Amino acid sequence: MSRLIFNDLSVWFGEGPDRVDAVKHATFEVPDGASFGLVGESGSGKSTILRALVGLVPTWSGEMIVGDQKLGKKRSKAFFKEVQMVFQDPYASLHPRHSVDQVLSETLRLHGFRGIDKRIEKLLDDVGLGPAFRFRYPHQLSGGQRQRVAIARALAPEPSVLLLDEPTSALDVSVQAEVLNLLTDLRAEHKLTYLMVSHDLAVVAHMCEATAVMENGEIAEMLSVEDMRAMRSENPYTQHLLRSASGYNPSQEQMA
Amino acid sequence: MTLLDVENLSVTFPTRQGEFEAVRGVSFTLGRERLGIVGESGSGKSMTGRAILRLIRPPGRIKADKLELEGVDLLKLSEKAMQKVRGQKISMVMQDPKFSLNPVMRIGEQIIEIYRFHTGATKKAAYKKAMEMLEAVSIRDPERVMRAYPHEMSSGMGQRIMIAMMLVTEPQILIADEPTSALDVSVQTQVLSIIDRLVRERGMGLIFISHDLNLVASFCDRVLIMYAGRIVETCAADKLNEATHPYTRGLLGSLPRLNEPSKRLAVLDRNPDWEKEASVSGRL
Repeated sequence: MSRLIFNDLSVWFGEGPDRVDAVKHATFEVPDGASFGLVGESGSGKSTILRALVGLVPTWSGEMIVGDQKLGKKRSKAFFKEVQMVFQDPYASLHPRHSVDQVLSETLRLHGFRGIDKRIEKLLDDVGLGPAFRFRYPHQLSGGQRQRVAIARALAPEPSVLLLDEPTSALDVSVQAEVLNLLTDLRAEHKLTYLMVSHDLAVVAHMCEATAVMENGEIAEMLSVEDMRAMRSENPYTQHLLRSASGYNPSQEQMA
Repeated sequence: MTLLDVENLSVTFPTRQGEFEAVRGVSFTLGRERLGIVGESGSGKSMTGRAILRLIRPPGRIKADKLELEGVDLLKLSEKAMQKVRGQKISMVMQDPKFSLNPVMRIGEQIIEIYRFHTGATKKAAYKKAMEMLEAVSIRDPERVMRAYPHEMSSGMGQRIMIAMMLVTEPQILIADEPTSALDVSVQTQVLSIIDRLVRERGMGLIFISHDLNLVASFCDRVLIMYAGRIVETCAADKLNEATHPYTRGLLGSLPRLNEPSKRLAVLDRNPDWEKEASVSGRL
């Protein structure tokens, strides 16, 4: 069964001559419990798909289906219980004057949970932060710890789908490894479905079973993880991305 | 030949808890080569680059037994003489062109200004030189770019303009602090190959500061690995995968790799002893 279905999704900004088509006719499915990657450069429309899904961009056409629910203009409360998002920059996505406890309890209260106290302890434990972190403020946390709090907040409503928008690109590689491991564990534990946006092919290959490569708002190519590892690709743009993933390669100079 | 000789460099900032040493006892030499400095945020790699140009603001302090550019002690120079070193002998390209270009000045004027400041050339000669330089960084229509404002440029163009501006005075050393981290991969390769070409053609020394191990291993000749303000290991760039220090090994292990799938990534266990170890010398 597919957890997420995108059918001929187009997203645009602006009207008339100012209209920019950010996503053009994207069609793909994410099976239940799978992890799907979206790769591409800045401006290729990968984050826009996530933002359209959660209702942050109202100007879209086509079809988006979560579970068996077709999405309309508005998102219901039930939708947000089902789908949660983790943003790129943990320095910007947490309220600087809310403690970890406030961040988590607010989310829990909004979703009508009881036994908030116990749940917060459980959530912090899930993301590998001890109870000592509960009453800290974001400025007292490192980048990796903040991203853990952001993940805990996303997990609070017990969603089945997590949208990950470059969850580790603001972090150092050693911290990135910890956060990626955490995400792997959480997926197994909570049977989550991931839709992950990243510009780093190695990260996507590590986390996802399949990937769509986006270029100028269109899906240029779909790749399985095996294709990626074997660097099998028909699209010149994807090939370039795959080569660049292993560092600087002077044979690419001709492209300059 | 040694262009830059650094011995026992340290950068300290006073805090309420006492002196904080951002860089402690770093030594290295730079010849006509591509020297990479890698490390995580807070390892002191950028501070090292800035300290060479004496760009640490008070109350931060720079100390060194030796900080010599072709035999001239940079620490003894007056601020005015230092101005002549910055941009003319040693140039620096920073991470994000958005913050390093003046937003209210045309690109041409900015390049001409820096060239005339350092060489005293006429406007006409400076204009010609700026055009040449823009062509050297593969900008197709330099005349339009000369008249344009920075916001009209893409970030890849911006970074190439920065490189043009920094190299117009023909410095001996270029310090590039994460020059491609803000760029998309497809533009990254292009910018790197431009840096590579210019550094080779002009016989310059390059200090390439980056957090990206793969990139440094494939782009540089020699690498210094920094942790907590000191150099923990040095090696030839193509031997980076054979590095022996547990920190370097840990960093390499924590990288997800396309060709080597693994269920879980290795997590770096930080050993507090690493912070106490003496800095390894990067002198040749």
